[in-house]
Amino acid sequence: MVKKIEKDLRRFRQIVRGKIKKDLKKYITQGEMLGRKGKNIVSIPVPQINLPRFRFGSNRRSGVGQGEGEVGNPVDTEQGEGTGQAGETPGQHVLEVDVSLEELAEILGEELELPNIQPRGKKQFVSSAGRYTGIRRAGPESLRHFKRTYRQAIKRQIAMGLYDPSNPVVIPIREDKRFRGWTARQLPESNAVIMYMMDVSGSMGREQKEIVRIESFWIDTWLRHQYKNIETIYVVHDAAAKEVNQHTFYHLRESGGTKISSAYELCTRIVEERYPPDQWNIYPFHFSDGDNWSGRDTDRCVEIIKTRLLPAVNQFSYGQVKSAYGSGQFKKDLDQVFSDEEFVVTSEILDRDGILPSIKDFLSKGR
Amino acid sequence: MNLTADLRAIQEEVEGYAREFGLDFFETIFELVDCDELNGIAAYGGFPTRYPHWRFGMEFDSLQKSYAYGLSKIYELVINNDPCYAYLMKSNATMDQKMVMAHVYGHCDFFKNNMCFSKTNRKMMDQMANHGSRIRRYMEQHGVENVERFVDVCLSIDNLIDQHGEFIARSNQSYQPKSDSPSEGVRRLRSKDYMESFINPPEFIEAEKARLTAVAQEERHFPREPYRDVLLFLIEHAPLARWQRDILSMLREEAYYFAPQGQTKIMNEGWASYWHSTIMTKRALRDSEVVDYADHHSGTVHARPGQINPYKVGIELFRDIEDRWNKGKFGREFEDCDDLETKRNWNRDLGLGREKIFEVRRIYNDITFIDEFLTEEFAEQQQLFVFQFNPRTGRHEIADRDWQRVKRELLFGLTNFGQPIISVVDANHANRGELYLRHQWEGIDIQFDWAVETLRNLHQVWTRPVHIETKEEGKGRLLSFDGEKGSIQEITPAD
Repeated sequence: MVKKIEKDLRRFRQIVRGKIKKDLKKYITQGEMLGRKGKNIVSIPVPQINLPRFRFGSNRRSGVGQGEGEVGNPVDTEQGEGTGQAGETPGQHVLEVDVSLEELAEILGEELELPNIQPRGKKQFVSSAGRYTGIRRAGPESLRHFKRTYRQAIKRQIAMGLYDPSNPVVIPIREDKRFRGWTARQLPESNAVIMYMMDVSGSMGREQKEIVRIESFWIDTWLRHQYKNIETIYVVHDAAAKEVNQHTFYHLRESGGTKISSAYELCTRIVEERYPPDQWNIYPFHFSDGDNWSGRDTDRCVEIIKTRLLPAVNQFSYGQVKSAYGSGQFKKDLDQVFSDEEFVVTSEILDRDGILPSIKDFLSKGR
Repeated sequence: MNLTADLRAIQEEVEGYAREFGLDFFETIFELVDCDELNGIAAYGGFPTRYPHWRFGMEFDSLQKSYAYGLSKIYELVINNDPCYAYLMKSNATMDQKMVMAHVYGHCDFFKNNMCFSKTNRKMMDQMANHGSRIRRYMEQHGVENVERFVDVCLSIDNLIDQHGEFIARSNQSYQPKSDSPSEGVRRLRSKDYMESFINPPEFIEAEKARLTAVAQEERHFPREPYRDVLLFLIEHAPLARWQRDILSMLREEAYYFAPQGQTKIMNEGWASYWHSTIMTKRALRDSEVVDYADHHSGTVHARPGQINPYKVGIELFRDIEDRWNKGKFGREFEDCDDLETKRNWNRDLGLGREKIFEVRRIYNDITFIDEFLTEEFAEQQQLFVFQFNPRTGRHEIADRDWQRVKRELLFGLTNFGQPIISVVDANHANRGELYLRHQWEGIDIQFDWAVETLRNLHQVWTRPVHIETKEEGKGRLLSFDGEKGSIQEITPAD
């Protein structure tokens, strides 16, 4: 039987989920969740889940305490609650709720009506996983099954006439011990790698990078929800490309020209060296403001995508973030060449409000 | 009761000691539960069954989390019922269980004997379960969402009760008009024609007419005097569906059931701590358990600088009273003595302490308890102080150690459970059937954004615009919700 409190807990989670879903767009555009990420959870401020009441406000600033101290000594450990701003603006009653990334991805999927991804056929990788399925009479102490061992011991003692109900002492001997036993199972599993490429040339400002950051957080969340084993690669480029770690990816600011083909070049090399396409689902995402150095380089990019990337990847995605200086030519060029190529998806992100539709552009194909 | 044999023996032993010391309690049933169950029960306010509501789930979630992270752990949970139910955490050590049992008997005695609890339903366990099944039935009939939304509304106003309300004998008799009711007109004295203008002077008649009209106006005013029990007022007068009225009255009943526990927090915990300490140290404690006991007892009653620990203040105050009445440190003679040395060593060997604290536990609540027994010596000895927010440093700082101020501050915090005092003053405001509440402002503002949201909920019950009159830093304010939006106006209060 499900305990009653579990039902209430489920209802509470449902309400929280509903609130998050309702405000998803706001959360996404404000990038609120990024700073609140733990390993597997995000803590989200959910407004107005508390029941409003008539109650005293924050100008109640005195109370009684107990202990040592002179007049003027502080009694709070840190500059906590009550410092100024509290209660000034409406909608202050905020509750922090922990939501797992898994759940967040589901919410995102429901809201954007994203289809589940079909991993590419035949490219599945078989891994073995152990599972505890039975009981054995031999095994390591750490796997001893406490209950079964004692049950066995009590059975034996009763059978031998050694059990005294008024003094129920049960002592297992070696023959009583039972251990958990496992069997290895072959599990099909799909691997995926996400490759983020970003233009860090002078024209990509702070706001543009922030948009890329938010968008890749959500793409990441969704793909992680779809694949168990996922890796991420970060590539930045201006006139030359290099592979960097996550922190650098978002914080680096270079200047200089833009040669997009350098990034595609590097990306192709990484795939060829590390991620054989028959074992990996590969997702390259490229973000730039649409300025390329020259038309010749754009031709070169098209060439790389056509001949080397497309045969290997699930989908090639290009997101163009609007900036004050960018011409936006690159997207036009790609669209022209790949107008009937369904594995190339391009999307334009004008501002923060464009993040959500753009995520939908990229992920709604279910590849 | 599902105690193991050894806990059963301990329970019988502790119960014996409790009776020996004169504690008087309902039969007490202990249940041994694991932490999930305990947190579940705690989320339900101590009851195994309540009506379905997400708020309990939220409470449970936070209890589970803080338990998992080791931030808090519930030791004891006891509910005011006949028989009393108390829960013991399975994973606690035997010494803990013993201490908890002793503590629980203190609470049970308090529930049974303290005046504030005298009107509470002692079969609340069953009643709560009934409420649960009734609300579940309404959910089936009227839809989960509908009923849940209404429960939300009720919970948002369920602090608008009159904590003394249970003691008011409300008359349901029909209203008897006063004799000087205007219908009878101005009474004239009998007089001869020529004496008329002297015996019944026209000015007097006019004045009398005006007075009677005013009385008539007054009588039409509804309610006739400010009504503290806002919930009861709504139950009786708001245009509600039958199921809504039923839910509102169930939740009001629950609010009244829990109210005495808020009124006697310090006394109740103090009394229970006094008894666990007495029973353990005088009788039940074994040599091997002394260190653990000392550790856990001090954990329970430690003083915190930033707030009052009811366990600590309560137990110390009970001990102080016991000591004073043992030594005769009370009454005119003692008060009038101004020699400090004599006062300190005052001892008349009266031995009245025990008797006095039993009396105190019967007829006092937190407010009268603090008001009557918190003395200058006590405040000094317990190092009580008032702290205040200092805007300059942005921190709370010790402001004063003057015992009068400490007492005033403590009493203020306890008045009406530290909640704003609100009554219905007019149910036909502006002659448009609008509900007008008044907050009795005493120096502290209510939080306006919350208040407007609460008015929104109140509007769902009353269905006509609702207002609350209050003050902001001493200046009159009227908060309203008219069905679409809330507003805040400046007003000049009537008084």
